[in-house]
Amino acid sequence: MTLEIVRSIASGIPWTLAVTLAAFAIGAALGAPLCAMRFSSFTLVRGLAGALTLFLRAIPPLVWLFLIFFGLGFGYLQINPFEAAAVGLGLIAAANMAEIYRGALASIHHGQWEAAFALNLSARHRFLDVIAPQLLRVALPSGASYAIGLLKDTAIASTIGVSEIAFQAYHTSQRTFHSLDVYAIAGLLYILISLPMAWATRWADVRLRARVAR
Amino acid sequence: MNDVLEFWGESLPTLLDGLRLSLEVTAACLALGVPLGLALALGVQSKRRIVRAVALAIVEIGRGAPALILLQFAYFGLPSAGLALSSFTSATLALAWTTGAYTSEIIRAGLDAVSFGQKEAAAAIGLSRLDAMRFVVLPQGLRVSLPPLFSFAILMLQASSLCFAIALPELVSQAYVIGSNSFRYMSIFVLAGLLYAVICIPASLAVSLLERRLARHTV
Repeated sequence: MTLEIVRSIASGIPWTLAVTLAAFAIGAALGAPLCAMRFSSFTLVRGLAGALTLFLRAIPPLVWLFLIFFGLGFGYLQINPFEAAAVGLGLIAAANMAEIYRGALASIHHGQWEAAFALNLSARHRFLDVIAPQLLRVALPSGASYAIGLLKDTAIASTIGVSEIAFQAYHTSQRTFHSLDVYAIAGLLYILISLPMAWATRWADVRLRARVAR
Repeated sequence: MNDVLEFWGESLPTLLDGLRLSLEVTAACLALGVPLGLALALGVQSKRRIVRAVALAIVEIGRGAPALILLQFAYFGLPSAGLALSSFTSATLALAWTTGAYTSEIIRAGLDAVSFGQKEAAAAIGLSRLDAMRFVVLPQGLRVSLPPLFSFAILMLQASSLCFAIALPELVSQAYVIGSNSFRYMSIFVLAGLLYAVICIPASLAVSLLERRLARHTV
């Protein structure tokens, strides 16, 4: 019985990982321009980026998912639950990743900028060859911790019908009436998935930080 | 546009009812969860191994399992063990667990920030361990924890939206019902989102102001 429950809940793992990965990819990609906008010399662009970040983070993820899935889905455009979950969580991830990039940027010693200037590197090379490699090293561990949080946030995708772990747990509990075991197993499953991610993060943190100029 | 405003006007009272319930759940889970967090923060530093292990298990499960799963565990799971709770009670208990787990880390970081000399000085003037904690370490440590605790409270208001899944008629549930009756999902969820934003944006701006204020006096 227990084995059957575990197997049934575990069938949601691929979807959980897929939503996490898709949302994180969207967030990591869109976070970069959003972060750049906050350093723009135009007040309007800076203000827009700040407002966008505030709004994305002030409204609960569940409301974003419903806005996209039900709001846009009813009459505006065709969107399936997986896409809605990935886009909704991805937009929130973009706001958070932008903040992570911003923190990482602030942690890079200003001597690095000065040295790049002194070597007469062009703006492009200053950023791509000097700043970006260090930026990524500092941002990666915080980004990875954020990804672990995102993994748990994907549970809300079950409310719009993405058949991930929480969705499978709900239906298994409705079918078997072993709700206590079902949700305990589902919770453990999330912990089990996030453990290796946490170890990898800690390992990467130590390795990467050793190669950033102080 | 007028049409939308009219619809918003009609739905607002229902949504505000939902918002009040959201705020009540948030307040209840914080009232229960923050003291739990303090107890857990002290528990994970306890000298007794058994206390440490129990506190650590509560913290790791509370942080490792999604809040949604904890909610459903309390609401759908506990009845099968013979403990049927109302959706409000199970929401409060489940979110209090999450709150306790996360705030214990926040409080622990605050307590760790109190310099060791303060503890030594407390011991030197003959304060008992309990008194040293009460009069020297906690007042200084909690001050450091205050801004992140407020930020976390804002996150918990957002997390209260998860109670949608256990049929608690809070803000999102009310919006969902109105949406499925009128099929105007877009307008109603925009309004619901704005209601959250109206609370969360000023609150998070206030927290960053407080953070800057408190940071002014640190050396």
